[in-house]
Amino acid sequence: MTTGTQWPDAEFTSVASLRGPLMAVTGVRGVGFDEYVRITEDGSGTRRYGTVVEVDGDTAVVQVLEGTSGLSQAARVAFAGAPLRIPVGPGWLGRICDGRGGPTDGGPPVFGARTAPVNGFPMNPTRREPPAEPVLTGVRCIDSLATLVRGQKLPVFSVPGLPHLELATQIAAQATAGDEAFCVVFAGMDLTHADAAYVRDALEERAAAGELTLLVNTSDAPVLERILTPRIALTVAEDLAFAEGRHVLVVLVDMTSYAEALREVSAARDEIPARRAYPGYLYSDLASLYERCGRIRGAPGSVTILPVLTMPGGDITHPVPDLTGYITEGQIVLSPEVAARGVYPPIDPLSSLSRLMRHGAGPGRTAPEHLPLAAQLLAALARARQVRDLADLVGADALGPTDRHYLDFQDEFEHRLVDQGRTERCPLAQALERCRQVALTLPRSELTMLPESLLDAGAAEP
Amino acid sequence: MDEVTGAVRRVAGPLVELDGLPGAAMAELVLLGAAEIPGEVVSIRGGVLTVQAYEYTGGLAPGDPARSQGRPLSAALGPGLLGGVFDGLLRPLANTGIWLGAPAATPGPAAAERVWRFTPAAKPGDLVAPGHRLGSVAAARAVEHRILVPPGPDPGVTRRVDRIAPAGEYPADAVVAEVGGVPVAVTEHWPVRRPRPVARRVDANALLHTGQRALDLLFPIAKGGTAAVPGGFGTGKTVLLQQIAKWCDADVIVYVGCGERGNEMAEVVDELSRLEDPRTGGRLAERTVVIANTSNMPMMAREASVYTGVCVAEYFRDMGHDVVVIADSTSRWAEALREFASRSGALPAEEGFPANLASALAAFYERAGAVQTLGGERGSVTVIGAVSPPGGDLAEPVTVHTERVVRARWTLDRDLAYARHYPAVSWAESFSRDAAALAEDAAAPGGEDLSSLRNRLARILSRADRLVDLVDLVGIAALPPAERMDVLAGRLVREGVLQQSALSEADAHSPAAKTAALVEAVLDVIDACDRAAQTAGPAAVEGVDFGPLLRARDEAGPENLDAVFARRDRVLGALADLAGEAAR
Repeated sequence: MTTGTQWPDAEFTSVASLRGPLMAVTGVRGVGFDEYVRITEDGSGTRRYGTVVEVDGDTAVVQVLEGTSGLSQAARVAFAGAPLRIPVGPGWLGRICDGRGGPTDGGPPVFGARTAPVNGFPMNPTRREPPAEPVLTGVRCIDSLATLVRGQKLPVFSVPGLPHLELATQIAAQATAGDEAFCVVFAGMDLTHADAAYVRDALEERAAAGELTLLVNTSDAPVLERILTPRIALTVAEDLAFAEGRHVLVVLVDMTSYAEALREVSAARDEIPARRAYPGYLYSDLASLYERCGRIRGAPGSVTILPVLTMPGGDITHPVPDLTGYITEGQIVLSPEVAARGVYPPIDPLSSLSRLMRHGAGPGRTAPEHLPLAAQLLAALARARQVRDLADLVGADALGPTDRHYLDFQDEFEHRLVDQGRTERCPLAQALERCRQVALTLPRSELTMLPESLLDAGAAEP
Repeated sequence: MDEVTGAVRRVAGPLVELDGLPGAAMAELVLLGAAEIPGEVVSIRGGVLTVQAYEYTGGLAPGDPARSQGRPLSAALGPGLLGGVFDGLLRPLANTGIWLGAPAATPGPAAAERVWRFTPAAKPGDLVAPGHRLGSVAAARAVEHRILVPPGPDPGVTRRVDRIAPAGEYPADAVVAEVGGVPVAVTEHWPVRRPRPVARRVDANALLHTGQRALDLLFPIAKGGTAAVPGGFGTGKTVLLQQIAKWCDADVIVYVGCGERGNEMAEVVDELSRLEDPRTGGRLAERTVVIANTSNMPMMAREASVYTGVCVAEYFRDMGHDVVVIADSTSRWAEALREFASRSGALPAEEGFPANLASALAAFYERAGAVQTLGGERGSVTVIGAVSPPGGDLAEPVTVHTERVVRARWTLDRDLAYARHYPAVSWAESFSRDAAALAEDAAAPGGEDLSSLRNRLARILSRADRLVDLVDLVGIAALPPAERMDVLAGRLVREGVLQQSALSEADAHSPAAKTAALVEAVLDVIDACDRAAQTAGPAAVEGVDFGPLLRARDEAGPENLDAVFARRDRVLGALADLAGEAAR
């Protein structure tokens, strides 16, 4: 565990009850809500950690991050006197840690000149600077059609079995913020060891360049640790962004596992469940993570959040994607149908949307033609979908010539624009040129949203 | 102030239990611990008070002191409100640091003591009753900010003005008059949960012009009315509400961002301070009070924020203004209710919400209304609340309890939003119970009654909707000519009248005259299509370029009616040519 906490000498040995992840300690005085707790096992001396979730008279209820299995009433409990703080600073860059920030790369514990509470503080809305510059991911379809903007929170909605982890890793490996200082904090929750190894290998270069912090809570690690992992990631990121002036991309995979850990604690505490037995505060809890993105007026640096979540049963109305969608500024949706056609990344461009794109793309930000080009491609793709449905019904031969162009357009769109190598980084100019070429597979009369100049630039084409 | 000190006994998130405050009343304000976290008494059992805390309670421990304030949670109402941004308890955010609730490591800029220019309107010896005007302060260009005799326990009783300050500049807490022995300050305090008294309610029969055609035409709302805006995520709720905040013809807007996005609040504030108020030439921010309680700010302050918002609105209403409260989103407020009810062990009703959800919603919306103020003026509070139904399910508790009490429901439709039809107000799923009563207020041009015009548009839309499914199945060519014209008419109404881009320079808001002109233009063309189809056949009519008509809304400025009619005439000309050719 990282060392942001000064422990008192006094320890309590009055554990009154142990149940699920919760432990009640009696006879305590002056212990505050949300304090950080250290538990020392009797005999082995192994340490566990937790937080105070309720204080009632002389009893403190502690939620034990590692679970209570193996703990006895003889355990010794120390209260930190303050909520969990971790050291922050550039010492985190290049490090690989577990879900609680303990190093797994063989190095020493992470030190920092400053410490910060992992829950953070809400950013004063009047001090926020509205997001306005892009983060370029090198993924054609995202950069051109759903541009990620510095300070934005843009989730990836996926279903189990799709390559969302590959996409998240690719973005983490490739993303840049122009020439400005940039780094990535990657928090994996409920990753299998194979997945964790994959992420580590794929991000090796970035880690070696000192541009990466990797936190991995593996599937066999304590479930409650998952509640802490994104908070540590965001606390590290906030400091790198707002104290150090870097643009920080925080990748959180998989938020559905996080929400399940939250549900487990909620159930153990006998809370009244809301939809699908998730706690009623799931919205506020997710918001306390996602809202930590942003920029500060008059200060360099930004925190951009890319949460990745799997929709159980592919259901977008499931509480986790639903509440995420209410908080985040758009979404990138992966589709099993697109994946079945062998396209990577299997993004469904029509369901995907970056709400802040009009602030982060366009003249002076990406390219003058970017927004009309994206609007034209999406409008044409919507039309192509309808034509495809009609063709399935009546046969492609029965379509008019214009409609047949749309069928070709859809194929071109998927294969030349969306489809991309898993390690291929596509520069923005090249992505936009592909967009233009794909648009020009349609007759000019269909491209009513594009300025003449853009069409003429491509007139040399046959 | 009368302060009694008790002690904290139990802390579980925002729920705090106290001992040793025997005299405390329900809804009384309590300050908790050394950090003086504000909280409100919500239940009393035996000697134990249950308090809902409005800030993060981390570190609060049993035994910490708790001080009762002897008054309920109140808002400071004064001239600094307009143009300001506040938290859920109406504390100014501009004077606080970057990180809310952080120990003062990042202090905000020191608030310069602002002074206000006071002009008396009464003189010593005058007999005045609560609500009567004592003077005004120059707070904002657009809104006359009056200092009134505060409402007291006996509203009808007149008292003598003992003393009144001469014209001059005074700080916000200065006493500027004394009435019947009671000092009257520039800023007054009022408990946010208690409705401010009025002389009487009057009929709400004046149209609130929102500047959004889909609403003004089909589902109008009165000044003093209520509306709910249910819509799933991505249906454009916030954009629609922001458009109303910017362009509706109220005197004062109270925008309550309740559990929503921080970046969005930053954008609203940014835009309001840049946009010009078309009525006064000032900035729109000068008529707006923003209450920002983003989703990551303390949850229970969210619960208070909607009351704070409506309390501010009533304060301006009492000066004789028309005020609109926009609450985005009431679902987040209801979630705060549920969260606290769950922690305090209340029996859950539907989906874990407390059983008093319906009555709490009804009481909140009931604070809207058109009134005669104590001072004898007309004023109104209009409440517009967003609803964010989980999973887009319109049968969930907040939506169903809200739609029962509101006068209008503007349902946002996901299919329309996906088809980029904005604002995505569903004509089939929305209603306005005041449409007929308001028709008289907004006379349509050409003497046509607005309600018959509305009925005609509704008929066109519903006929077209009915046929759309059929067209998908059998193709347009298989329909009889009259039905084909119905489909066309539906498209012209949707694309030529109802769609309105929030980003468009010319069309972000549509004054009544432009709305009427567009409707007239589209209906003229629809009639001409019907006639032309009889001679030239439906296919030829469908082939006509309607582009000029459909682009008229975007190309004609708000006041430029001639441009609308010029484009109509081009299309009518094309249709006449078509009919002429067919006749030859």
